[in-house]
Amino acid sequence: MRAKPEARPYGIRRFLQTVIARAYPRLIGANREPTWLFFDVFLPLLSICAYVFVYRAIGAPEAYIGFVVMGGAMTAFWMNILWSMSTQLFWEREQGNLSLYIVAPTSLMAILLGMALGGILATTLRSLAILLLGYWVFNVQFVVSSFLALFVTFTLTMVSLYGLGMMTSSLFLLYGRAAWHLAHLAEEPVFLLSGFYFPVKSLNFWVAAVSSLIPLTLGLDAMRQLVFSSGPLLGFLPIPMELLVLVILSVAFITGAHFLLAYTERLAVREGRLTESKT
Amino acid sequence: MPDDRNAIETDSVGRVYKLRGVKKGEPSNLVALADVTLTVSQGELFGLLGPNGAGKTTLIKILTTLLAPSSGRAWVAGLDVIQEARRVRPKINMVSGGEASGYGLLTVRENLWMFSQFYGIPSREANRRIKQLLEIVGLGDRIHTKSSELSTGLRQKMNIVRGFMTDPQVLFLDEPTLGLDVGASRDVRRFIQEWLRADTTRTILLTTHTMAEADELCDRVAIINKGRVLACDTPAALKRTLQRDAIFHLEVTPLGGTHPEIFKNIPGVRQLVHHPGDGTATLEFFLEEESVLSEVVMQLSSNGIRLKSLQKREPTLEDVFVDLVGRSMEEVESEGEA
Repeated sequence: MRAKPEARPYGIRRFLQTVIARAYPRLIGANREPTWLFFDVFLPLLSICAYVFVYRAIGAPEAYIGFVVMGGAMTAFWMNILWSMSTQLFWEREQGNLSLYIVAPTSLMAILLGMALGGILATTLRSLAILLLGYWVFNVQFVVSSFLALFVTFTLTMVSLYGLGMMTSSLFLLYGRAAWHLAHLAEEPVFLLSGFYFPVKSLNFWVAAVSSLIPLTLGLDAMRQLVFSSGPLLGFLPIPMELLVLVILSVAFITGAHFLLAYTERLAVREGRLTESKT
Repeated sequence: MPDDRNAIETDSVGRVYKLRGVKKGEPSNLVALADVTLTVSQGELFGLLGPNGAGKTTLIKILTTLLAPSSGRAWVAGLDVIQEARRVRPKINMVSGGEASGYGLLTVRENLWMFSQFYGIPSREANRRIKQLLEIVGLGDRIHTKSSELSTGLRQKMNIVRGFMTDPQVLFLDEPTLGLDVGASRDVRRFIQEWLRADTTRTILLTTHTMAEADELCDRVAIINKGRVLACDTPAALKRTLQRDAIFHLEVTPLGGTHPEIFKNIPGVRQLVHHPGDGTATLEFFLEEESVLSEVVMQLSSNGIRLKSLQKREPTLEDVFVDLVGRSMEEVESEGEA
């Protein structure tokens, strides 16, 4: 039988219930074990320290210290995308939750969105902790030119970044271990390409342009322009243009996530190889 | 077209898996289900009985909209499981034995609440049902315990509550007592029966490879092996098919070099199941008539096998399975593992 399963619209109320319910374990569960303070805040701070000491040793402009602290805080989001968001459906299958999600009369997209929302909220807490510690330890001066613009930029960055995560979670499910290796490969290069520890403008223009496909590149660049006095001088593109690209990326990634998820579900029903790890 | 009075209906359902990475000359397909036609009436507790790998879980996956059949059609609550999957899902739920669903960092209540939200149950009502059902299954005092801290049995009780709290029209239980101790299994079986009795519109399809469980719980049982339904009837009717046989349970000294097949060749022996043991082996003989027993005993004696005890007994579902398949379920399962 080759018939496609029906679409799954169960109403906006059910959709929101699902989003909140699936965000809950991420938000509550992730903070229930206090070890996150060490692994998610203290360890990233060590990397930040290393860059700060190097910049100070070579007499780099003080603005770079702020750039490093902010970039270090944002690494938490990239790590969350790679090792939590992208791999989540894969783990759900291993645990036996995926089949229960598929059987439930709700939208899989809502479940994925709930994972993303929970991830954003839990990681923002970690990111803020890194930012505050960095501010306190290295005496970073933030000069926010517009809180509204900062909020919009951060929100757009998160929407596009987690849209990418939602899309890759289906890919992880489809390609399993091969995707796992790709994630390993993507970890360090993205730190470089997205300019986590330096202004992305320092890269060749075309390299920076290609890197802009990773939402954190432009999001981080725009936020740096908004919170540091020398930010606009070191910015890659004007903020409105960066925001426009982030909007385009958000639409593309979320649409991609929607279609990939629908494809994954169809494959699950047709081949039966996605609801359990061994068939 | 399906009959509205049936909770579940399948018409010649088959499922073939394509095997990946097989060597040349080896079969590239695995037939998990072949031509399964079944009907389960509303209010019925229907059992699928068969060894591991018989196709029980595959059938449940098809009926719960998780898997498309390769051939045939299936309906749940009168709805096509593929064409109308979206309408089937609010009416069903499923629980699998040994599942580790949910999240270990969440408490029992939190895990159950999360799943209830996927079914659109308002939070207050969900919490009321959770509390009530946890009390019934004896898990009330663990409501605020992290699920990672529960034993296998208690975790399975939580899973059972997850399946029942949405009050499904048709509930699929895939080996619900797998891995549970005797006491927990008994609690779960009692709960299943009480839940079904409370509302005649509820239906349960249960898979098991435990004969006693199927015998105790099910209104009707389908015996399934290698993807095919071999028989389907009430447990009593299935056992009645063996009434003509005399079934003897013999405890003997180990057979040593004697092959059990020689006893099977005795005229009048219909089936034989051999359970080897260190000091004592057991032999289950299905005889066409009691008089054949004397020949069996003589053969044992002539092969140097000493008879320790002998008991005539009533047929069980295990015997029905042996009669249909030619081997015990244990033998079929160990053959599958090999």
